[in-house]
Amino acid sequence: MAFEGYLLPPSGQNWSRIADYKANGGYEGAEKALRSMKPADVVAEVKNSGLRGRGGAGFGSGMKWSFLPQDVQRPRYIACNADESEPGTYKDRQILERNPHELIEGLLIAAWANTIDAAYVYMRGEYRGPFENLNAAIAEARAAGYLGKNVLGSGLDFDVFVHRGAGAYICGEETGLMESLEGRKGQPRKRPPFPAIAGLWKRPTVINNVETMSHVPHVIRKGADWFKTIGTEKSTGSTIFGVSGQVVRPGAFELPFGTPLREIIFEHAGGLRPGRTLKAVIPGGVSMPVLTADTAMQVDMDHDSLQKVGSLLGTGAIVVFDDTSCMVRAAIIISRFFRHESCGQCTQCREGTGWLHKLMLQVEAGTARKSDLDVVDEITRQMEGKTICALSDAAAWGTGWFLRRFRPEFEAHIDRGGCPHAGTSFEV
Amino acid sequence: MPLSEELKARITAEFPKYPERRAVLLTALHFVQEECGGWVSPDVVPEIAELLGILPIDVEEVVSFYPMYHSDPVGRFHVQVCTNISCCIRGARGVVRRLEENLDVLSGEVTGDGLFSIGEVECLGSCGTAPVVMVNNERFVENVSADDVPALVERLRARAAAGGTNGSNGQAGGR
Ligand SMILES: Cc1cc2nc3c(=O)[nH]c(=O)nc-3n(C[C@H](O)[C@H](O)[C@H](O)COP(=O)(O)O)c2cc1C
Ligand code: SF4
Ligand code: FES
Repeated sequence: MAFEGYLLPPSGQNWSRIADYKANGGYEGAEKALRSMKPADVVAEVKNSGLRGRGGAGFGSGMKWSFLPQDVQRPRYIACNADESEPGTYKDRQILERNPHELIEGLLIAAWANTIDAAYVYMRGEYRGPFENLNAAIAEARAAGYLGKNVLGSGLDFDVFVHRGAGAYICGEETGLMESLEGRKGQPRKRPPFPAIAGLWKRPTVINNVETMSHVPHVIRKGADWFKTIGTEKSTGSTIFGVSGQVVRPGAFELPFGTPLREIIFEHAGGLRPGRTLKAVIPGGVSMPVLTADTAMQVDMDHDSLQKVGSLLGTGAIVVFDDTSCMVRAAIIISRFFRHESCGQCTQCREGTGWLHKLMLQVEAGTARKSDLDVVDEITRQMEGKTICALSDAAAWGTGWFLRRFRPEFEAHIDRGGCPHAGTSFEV
Repeated sequence: MPLSEELKARITAEFPKYPERRAVLLTALHFVQEECGGWVSPDVVPEIAELLGILPIDVEEVVSFYPMYHSDPVGRFHVQVCTNISCCIRGARGVVRRLEENLDVLSGEVTGDGLFSIGEVECLGSCGTAPVVMVNNERFVENVSADDVPALVERLRARAAAGGTNGSNGQAGGR
């Protein structure tokens, strides 16, 4: 039987209005948690469910919550990450546009579990529609008593505010997000201290992605054991895979972790255009190592399976390239992006992203030498694991693995003095 | 040009949401751009700073850090095309080129009558409906092909003729 999903309403439906949400089990998880569970039991249930972050790193959510000081001193905050700027990614938007109360309910349960005073949803400034939709839902939730003073008679005072960003990718990085929310440039902070100890306004802060929080009501309502029946042993539950690029029906599909990538591309997304063959797939947003077609056809979409084939799940954003595409051009766009978005604090990142982009342009123009390809390899190694945040690593992987996995194509540019796919490929 | 009382009231109404006023800076700058022609003129910087209890340099730094803020005038309709991966794969470069031809300016420039400017932006989070265009800060126009450009431009011209403001809240008009 086809998996029906639980995060998103059935296709064609929208549960943005509270009546529709409640008619489908909405707020039952919050009622259960706030009326009958101790905060520590909620944290334990989330831990036991195996829920992992959907923002890119896949960290255990219950574990993260347990890092907040046990000796509770107020105020404490939630920062909910709705920056959604990893190229290829548009999954959180599905929740914000079609099921915003699910996020609000998740935030409320997390607030109860962690004794939180307020949640700030940091939403990318370009999301005008989602911003208005979430705000309308928050107003409904306040009117219905799910937000405000003494929520559901629990003694918890809690409210949710939506904060708009202004177009910088780095504000999706959790400490860049906090700097930005406080009204500064979004330059990531050195850690420690970690947000659980000193986050927003130096107070203990829970930071989770929109989708992560939206799973929480289901974990509480139906239980950790139910949650673990979906997905794989170490990647539990479903997730929203956003497919884009050269497929017939791009779209966002909620599926269990462990679904074969082949099935997602060829069944859910309608496969390739007639006569085309698969060339490459980015499995988790452009920060994650690209896969060759052979690997892509065999891998399942969960954390362990992707790691085994030398990539990562990231945001589950799947970008598909067919045989018309030039891999150097893909690397140009990706390196240009990271060059543009580096916040400039660390030398390796600031200089490295610039060099990578320049070298990719030279390869495409046919003016690079073969030895330059080794330089690219060397630069990417210098960029890994040495900086304040992971943007530098992402830039190194996102660009470097195109070269490593499609090196003959890069060499062909140099041999021919130009792009062998110029007649068919997309432009940059 | 001083900030209007209405605009100041809109900004101060945000203060109670946060423990510190400074946190309202990004929101305040969005409001300013919506109501003052789509950009942050240097004239308004000291006033915003004073309202939030910070220095003008704190405001300037933020304006220059974030791509959505403009420290130079943009067109009444700032037409931004996503040129990141999923949009380029599906023809975003052709959309930019057609805009340049149609409006007779290059990407990054403003038309002589001040009505239009063209910009290129990073992924807008709408990759499944690529290519994507965002006019000012309105809801996205999705699945845009180069051939759709003349009609899009005409719709915007019609809005201008009808006296629409630069209205960040408006709707570029779906297809
Ligand atoms: C450069 C960079 C950009 C990021 N952008 C986002 C983003 O847009 N949305 C998001 O949820 N997480 C993003 N992250 C991950 C966050 O830092 C953080 O791990 C995440 O929000 C934690 O939530 P989770 O545990 O629920 O996934 C980004 C990380 C880096 C290094
Ligand atoms: S790694 Fe790059 S983006 Fe991250 S803090 Fe350093 S310079 Fe900024
Ligand atoms: S790549 Fe254009 S919207 Fe994501």
